[in-house]
Amino acid sequence: MIAIVDYGAGNLNSVKKAFDYLGANVTVTRQCESVAAADKIVLPGVGHFSALSRLGTAGLRDALLEGIRAGKPFLGICLGLQWLFDGSEEAPDYAGAGLLRGTCRQFPAQVKSPHVGWNNLSLCDASLPGFSRSSPSRLLRNLAPDPFVYFTHSFHAPVTESTSATCEYGFPFSAAVERGNIFGVQFHPEKSGTAGLLILKNFCEV
Amino acid sequence: MLTKRIIACLDVTGGRVVKGVKFKNLRDAGDPAECADAHARDGADEIVLLDITATSDHRKTMLDAVSRTARTLFVPLAVGGGIRTVADAAAVFDAGADKIGVNSAAVQKPELITEIASRFGSQAVIVAIDAKRTEAGFAVFVAGGRRSTGRDAIEWAREAAARGAGEILLTSMDQDGTRAGFDCELVRAVAQAVSIPVIASGGAGSVSHFVDVFREGQADAALAASIFHFRIESIEQLKRELHAANVPVRWPC
Repeated sequence: MIAIVDYGAGNLNSVKKAFDYLGANVTVTRQCESVAAADKIVLPGVGHFSALSRLGTAGLRDALLEGIRAGKPFLGICLGLQWLFDGSEEAPDYAGAGLLRGTCRQFPAQVKSPHVGWNNLSLCDASLPGFSRSSPSRLLRNLAPDPFVYFTHSFHAPVTESTSATCEYGFPFSAAVERGNIFGVQFHPEKSGTAGLLILKNFCEV
Repeated sequence: MLTKRIIACLDVTGGRVVKGVKFKNLRDAGDPAECADAHARDGADEIVLLDITATSDHRKTMLDAVSRTARTLFVPLAVGGGIRTVADAAAVFDAGADKIGVNSAAVQKPELITEIASRFGSQAVIVAIDAKRTEAGFAVFVAGGRRSTGRDAIEWAREAAARGAGEILLTSMDQDGTRAGFDCELVRAVAQAVSIPVIASGGAGSVSHFVDVFREGQADAALAASIFHFRIESIEQLKRELHAANVPVRWPC
């Protein structure tokens, strides 16, 4: 069973619908017990980074970290990806999970913000210099080269050694991250047509 | 590279997609869920369902149409027409919309933009502006373009963005339905005034009109209704030609 974590921020229907369409067994939950009982965890989210503070008050933050430590596949979508990092300039008082290093920042002034629309991914090949990824991405497998996906966000995560795909908007940022059982995507796979559905299917099969 | 979006707009009434000229001589154009799916397969980057009747009796029928459309659509879905309160917006989001469009109600009560944006996020709020050329510049019209508000369209776009709108859907009343091309001057003026994306609407009739509105008009997206119905021009063909003209589009998709 896949638990989609509801912390009262944003519309989770579309994420659930996409998993339903794929025939996955999913539940939308606010309960720590359901997160603990799940095989896989999805943390969606749109809006302001500070909304993630509700994870703490609901006790869900610890449940998520516990699940990740136990090796459960975890997928953060949009804000859910940003949560994996140390924090965000959008809400400096609230700490992210700190599982990946770096701070999420705003786009430079020369590009329009938010970054809204379909942009293409550059998949990070393990052989590229600067990327110490030793294995190909499990989440992004079987995608066509440079696939288009749908973004809507004002802040972005830095490119790190865990970056599995970058996207270019003013400069490159982390569009997808992957380390062991931790996965994150800045774009919305549930709104990214067939490419997005393939990514969610890959997550179901991890 | 961020691509220019092609958005297909479906006019809905009584749970059916209809097509007419300026809301007259309406013809049945099919089921919303089927039409939306067909457009998405054809390459539409986003779908808009516009409730053209937007009376309270039709509300439930519209929400049913949204819900059925959302179930199998995996590109962004926006819904507009008759959204006057946060509760109206919430019902549309619950039905499965990703974004809502507000027009007249936002002009009457600009705080509505902030109220919806603070609950659902700015990315979910499109402020639709109907603008018409006047001697004094571009004026904002409401009530389906029937009533002038005396407001300047560029100023209103700026205010809407400041109040939390995530995108502006800008329709030229002068060009709407003419198929004679977008009003590039209007679109450019608004695109330069705000940092949020601007969707150009009104006047699409050929591929070159789209090229013009993306280049000269600096639009981030373009919306068209009539040319995509009854397959007068397919989105696939439009995108292939835009791609050939070096306009960045999601193609192949």
